[in-house]
Amino acid sequence: MRSRPLGLLLLAAVLILSAAFPGLAAEKYPNKPITYLITFDPGGQSDIEARRQQPLLEKYLGVPIIITYKTGGGGSVGWSELANSPADGYTIAGNNIPHIILQPIERTNAGYRTEDLEPVAMFQSTPIGLAVLKSSPLTTLEEFIAYAKRNPGAITIAGSGTYSGHHLAYLQLEKLTGAKFTYIPFTGAAPQVTAFLGGHTMAILANSNDLVQHQDRIRVLAFGGLERFPALPDVPTFRELGYDLTASIDRGVCVPRGTDPARIKVLEEAFLAIANDPAIRQQMIDQGFIPLAMGAAEFKQYIAEKTAEYTELLQNLTTR
Amino acid sequence: MENLIFAVTQIFAPVNLILMVLGGVAGIIVGCLPGLTATMALALLVPFTFTMPAASGLIMLGGLYVGAMFGDAIPAILINTPGTPSAIATTFDGYPLAKKGMAQQALITNAFSSLVGGLIGTIVLLTLSPPLAELGLKFGPPEYFWMAIFGLTIIGTIASDSILKGLIAGALGLLLSTVGISPIGGDVRFTMGLVPLQAGINLMAALIGFFCIPQVLEMVETGAQKHQVIRYVSQKGLLKKTIRELIRKPVLLVRSSLLGVLIGIIPGAGGNIASLVSYNEAVRWSKNPEEFGKGTLDGIVATETANCSVVQGSLIPMLTLGIPGSPAAAVILGALLLHGIQPGRQLYTTFGGITYTFILSFFLAVVFMFFFVALGSRFFAKMISIPYHYLVPGIAFLSVVGSYALRNNLLDMALMLILGYTAYVLRKLGFNPGALVLGLIMGPFAEQGLVQSLLMGKAAGSIPKVLFGRPISLMLIGLSLLSIAWPIYSAWRSRQQHSKITTKEGEIIDAQ
Repeated sequence: MRSRPLGLLLLAAVLILSAAFPGLAAEKYPNKPITYLITFDPGGQSDIEARRQQPLLEKYLGVPIIITYKTGGGGSVGWSELANSPADGYTIAGNNIPHIILQPIERTNAGYRTEDLEPVAMFQSTPIGLAVLKSSPLTTLEEFIAYAKRNPGAITIAGSGTYSGHHLAYLQLEKLTGAKFTYIPFTGAAPQVTAFLGGHTMAILANSNDLVQHQDRIRVLAFGGLERFPALPDVPTFRELGYDLTASIDRGVCVPRGTDPARIKVLEEAFLAIANDPAIRQQMIDQGFIPLAMGAAEFKQYIAEKTAEYTELLQNLTTR
Repeated sequence: MENLIFAVTQIFAPVNLILMVLGGVAGIIVGCLPGLTATMALALLVPFTFTMPAASGLIMLGGLYVGAMFGDAIPAILINTPGTPSAIATTFDGYPLAKKGMAQQALITNAFSSLVGGLIGTIVLLTLSPPLAELGLKFGPPEYFWMAIFGLTIIGTIASDSILKGLIAGALGLLLSTVGISPIGGDVRFTMGLVPLQAGINLMAALIGFFCIPQVLEMVETGAQKHQVIRYVSQKGLLKKTIRELIRKPVLLVRSSLLGVLIGIIPGAGGNIASLVSYNEAVRWSKNPEEFGKGTLDGIVATETANCSVVQGSLIPMLTLGIPGSPAAAVILGALLLHGIQPGRQLYTTFGGITYTFILSFFLAVVFMFFFVALGSRFFAKMISIPYHYLVPGIAFLSVVGSYALRNNLLDMALMLILGYTAYVLRKLGFNPGALVLGLIMGPFAEQGLVQSLLMGKAAGSIPKVLFGRPISLMLIGLSLLSIAWPIYSAWRSRQQHSKITTKEGEIIDAQ
């Protein structure tokens, strides 16, 4: 432990030097493997995207990309790890909206703050849709709401997690329609979808890709998002039906706060190049996603807007 | 039909055979090492499959998944440490057998049982997928709750010497399972301000602690008198003899395999639950239940058939509905998606060739793994002769590295050590680590199932109707009651027999 002050001193010296000669550092980046932290289990959507990007990232950046799982706490364990990693651009992490906004608001100590994670690029959006089984007598959102108003709390809606994207969509739905539902949280997409398909809940708030996958068995009543969802063009948006509900789950990538903007730029360009790849875009559309290519500045703005929206929603909830 | 022919030509293609063998051997190694999980290895392999045709990639992934289920029993038998959570129950009889000098028989039993489980599982996967996937959907929150309760009754079987101590250990396990972010409310519980603890107590880290550390400490304790577990001399002709013995247990083999498939279909319930339930049933239906836990081949047959057929069971909802039945199946689902294949009906039509190749490759993979493990058993079994002064540091090293490698989390390592020392003390006091683990596994199912059922009941206007009024739930409640009553009944029966004998001999020693 005695060597620590010396180490810190050295670190400081290196930092000052590299700050003094930014060109020197920027020229060399990246020159060693980059660790890509995935905050969810292998096989999850964040993992699938990272695996899709991995070979292309290695091509564009010229260094190995090491995918590492740091899971638990709905992602918070991984994000707190990133927040405490050196801000040198060699540790990056998947960035999920609204998770990184909601966890710091809701928990006294999530282990990180939203602003500790510096957005780099956003490449995918997954609008949240509301669906019932094909066998359900409710065929439109209007009927669904009318039924809920006649039978307050009788409609059960399966969602994934509490204070998650689905939970917030449910809260917004109650607030905007004035109807009462019963939200039943599950621990992920698989148990949530299984329970719904098995008829254990009457409705589901789920990600677009899950709804697309099970479209034979279900009837999607409405989608979040600003525009109609390309894979299911007959389904109206909540907005069209008069409810300002744009809920979606968005995926991107982030670095620790304080990372050199020049390095962020390098990463941003690589991720955007992949996001704009026509083959990758088509794959995402087929699987039920909306491909995006949003740069760092715009992403930051988006997080700020969503933070304001969710903070207000949660405040109303606690005063209720 | 042409899909099947295509599949047969595919699996016998030399490249695919090589990939299957590579995947399988990698799986055995991963399965052997506690801390390396099949899920993790599959995820690492996925990018490599990009460069291959989809069928070849899937064959390799399937081989790895199956290999891990063969491999995880090896450390369970030899050093009393399950290689994956699926082999927890294998330690109950595997290690006692090894201590008796029957490690090789135990390993052959593992290979043969896994072979049977894999074959039956694959036949079911090939022929009955769609109806079984529908059956899996019938499993809702109340059923998960009752499944957890049924699972907890297994404590009665594995801690039969003291039910009270078993229950205490089980309750402790349940309590440990509540650490972390609560699955329903989202609150942070019992983390003592430590952010990494938000992830909860990792089952595998706990397993390494509960099983490895007490084992190491016990070896150190006895090290003064003896220098190895047992001196093992490998024997010839055991393979045929053991298999001949096993073939005489068709009911046990088939029942355990089917239990594995059925539990595999239920999303979330994997090899750990399947092998524990199968073990429990084996004890219940056995004519000699008192032999279990002391080293009987039946115990290994029950667990290893079930945890191998779980593999195919977990693929049933994945292939037919796109719902992964286990974390490992989730990774394979991801690989399918990345190859542009959407699970569901078209998997059996548009992509029929690839799907049948994948399914049929399991037949070949399990046969290959069987020969590998069965013929290798002579060499594996010799590991038990390794002197303590190599074995102890070796296991300690693997425990520490393994518990860190699970999630790259130093806290997992610390927890492993703390839980390990606790388990050592508890074992000295006569508590069963199996009961503790059971609590840890069943806790989340019980909690989520109950709270979700209560929410459902409130919405439907009747909580009792949701909790007690559903057919599968009623069946599980019945099984739980039976499972609770059984140890009490058999204890009573053996006392009756005992007193009969004593009265016959005219002695009064029945005071105990």
